[in-house]
Amino acid sequence: MHPAPSVIIFTTLSGLGFGLLAFLGLGLPDVSGWVAFVFFAIAFGLAVGGLLAATFHLGRPERAWKAFRQWRTSWLSREGCAAVAALLVMGLYAIGVIFLDQRWSVLGWLGAALSLGTVFTTSMIYAQLKTIPRWNMNLTPAMFLSFSLAGGALLAGQSASAIVLLLIAGAVQLAYWKQGDAALANSGTDIGTATGLGSRGTVRAFEPPHTGSNYLLREFVHVVGRKHAAKLRMLALGFGFVLPLALLLVPMHDVVFKHLLALIAVIAHLIGIATSRWLFFAQAEHVVGLYYGKR
Amino acid sequence: MTSLPKTTDRKLGLVIDLDTCVGCHACVISCKGWNTENYGAPLSDQNPYGADPSGTFLNRVHSYEVQPPVGHAQLIHFPKSCLHCEDAPCVTVCPTGASYKRSEDGIVLVNESDCIGCGLCAWSCPYGARELDLAEGVMKKCTLCVDRIYNENLPEVDRVPSCVRTCPAGARHFGDLGDPDSAVSHLVAERGGMDLMPEMGTKPVNKYLPPRPKDRIEDQIDILAPLLAPVAEEPKGFIAWLDKALEKL
Repeated sequence: MHPAPSVIIFTTLSGLGFGLLAFLGLGLPDVSGWVAFVFFAIAFGLAVGGLLAATFHLGRPERAWKAFRQWRTSWLSREGCAAVAALLVMGLYAIGVIFLDQRWSVLGWLGAALSLGTVFTTSMIYAQLKTIPRWNMNLTPAMFLSFSLAGGALLAGQSASAIVLLLIAGAVQLAYWKQGDAALANSGTDIGTATGLGSRGTVRAFEPPHTGSNYLLREFVHVVGRKHAAKLRMLALGFGFVLPLALLLVPMHDVVFKHLLALIAVIAHLIGIATSRWLFFAQAEHVVGLYYGKR
Repeated sequence: MTSLPKTTDRKLGLVIDLDTCVGCHACVISCKGWNTENYGAPLSDQNPYGADPSGTFLNRVHSYEVQPPVGHAQLIHFPKSCLHCEDAPCVTVCPTGASYKRSEDGIVLVNESDCIGCGLCAWSCPYGARELDLAEGVMKKCTLCVDRIYNENLPEVDRVPSCVRTCPAGARHFGDLGDPDSAVSHLVAERGGMDLMPEMGTKPVNKYLPPRPKDRIEDQIDILAPLLAPVAEEPKGFIAWLDKALEKL
């Protein structure tokens, strides 16, 4: 799949933003006034910024509002509805926390659930697609949710939770890569079933239908950068999980220095998750590539 | 609504004969010609006369080589367009309801004024049947020439999809695959019509007729071959003398 910057920015930032919103909804950290304002500003900035980035990959962004209608069948529509609901509920909750020093806990729990629900619906947009075996796995929502929770804990300064959640997210990441690498082969789909000619012998793509490129090849048959996949995976693991964990485990009592380390941990995590997300798209094999003999 | 209809009154679709297709791409051109100036937004080209031309097409012809375990390889031309699936994943993923399947004839269409160009329907299609038009920013796909097949302004012979009308080899057939007595259903039954990627669970309406086995050259080339054997191996009489005389020269 073409690793479009808009969708990588969207899933990375929104995942982190909604993860932080989930923790804030649970009252972690229990802050109010200006401190709360800064936390909510970061969370809303990431979540909304990501959602806005997502609209850049639309052919007709001015019609994006029409996407709220088909929540009965469409995960993309459900995601839009969940995102707006989460942002509205958390917005109301934020007003209470920041300006009135009131923590309406039921509203917060609802907002936290909707925030994680939004991340889940995002992951289902990808996990539902049978055409991309590497995404069509239970580990896809597990990965999106565990990344969101780990990043949220990190941003919310919940060191103890962050350590546990980063370990879980890292483990899910490894499991996702292991299962994903075998997904296309295990799907049973190959050039033989694609053409229906497999029972007659070995099928080879002899001539493509066009000499130039087209939408299908650009969107679904991305092959650039696969040769660096192993290195990029190490970078994703190192920046996303190992470095933040190491920084969290450094014994530190100076408050300024502790915050500085936390900032570095967050930035490293962000770089790692963005790298992992780039691989998520770049390595995903759409079965339409079989018709072009490109798998 | 992007829910799929439980049943459709008819299942209009194509039957494509892989035995007959000669790979001339006439269906590709006639499809583009008809559909760029009729239903919906035109099928745009980008940089058509430049170094890297690209464009939107609703129908494309691949060619495959099949090497059986014994014998010669066979070249098979393979036209591919929307299969108007009964369980069309492209319809249910659409967030706006732009993508829909008609309950009366099963044709899968895009309402272009509702399409936001998110591309998710193309992602969900295993066959690469949908292409996002770069000029218009909306999804384009085969309409089964919905503006021809019911068009009473056209002579009756033309009320079939443009690709079917054009095919010089007669490799494309159009009809109601939901009616077991239709000509296309008979064709599918007789020739063992098949689905593409049945494991995807899309239940395609369009069927492909597999190529027939090729003729084999066995011991005898032709039943007339014995009659063509040379009759005078050794010359006699005048011809024999002439042969010898010419040898001596």
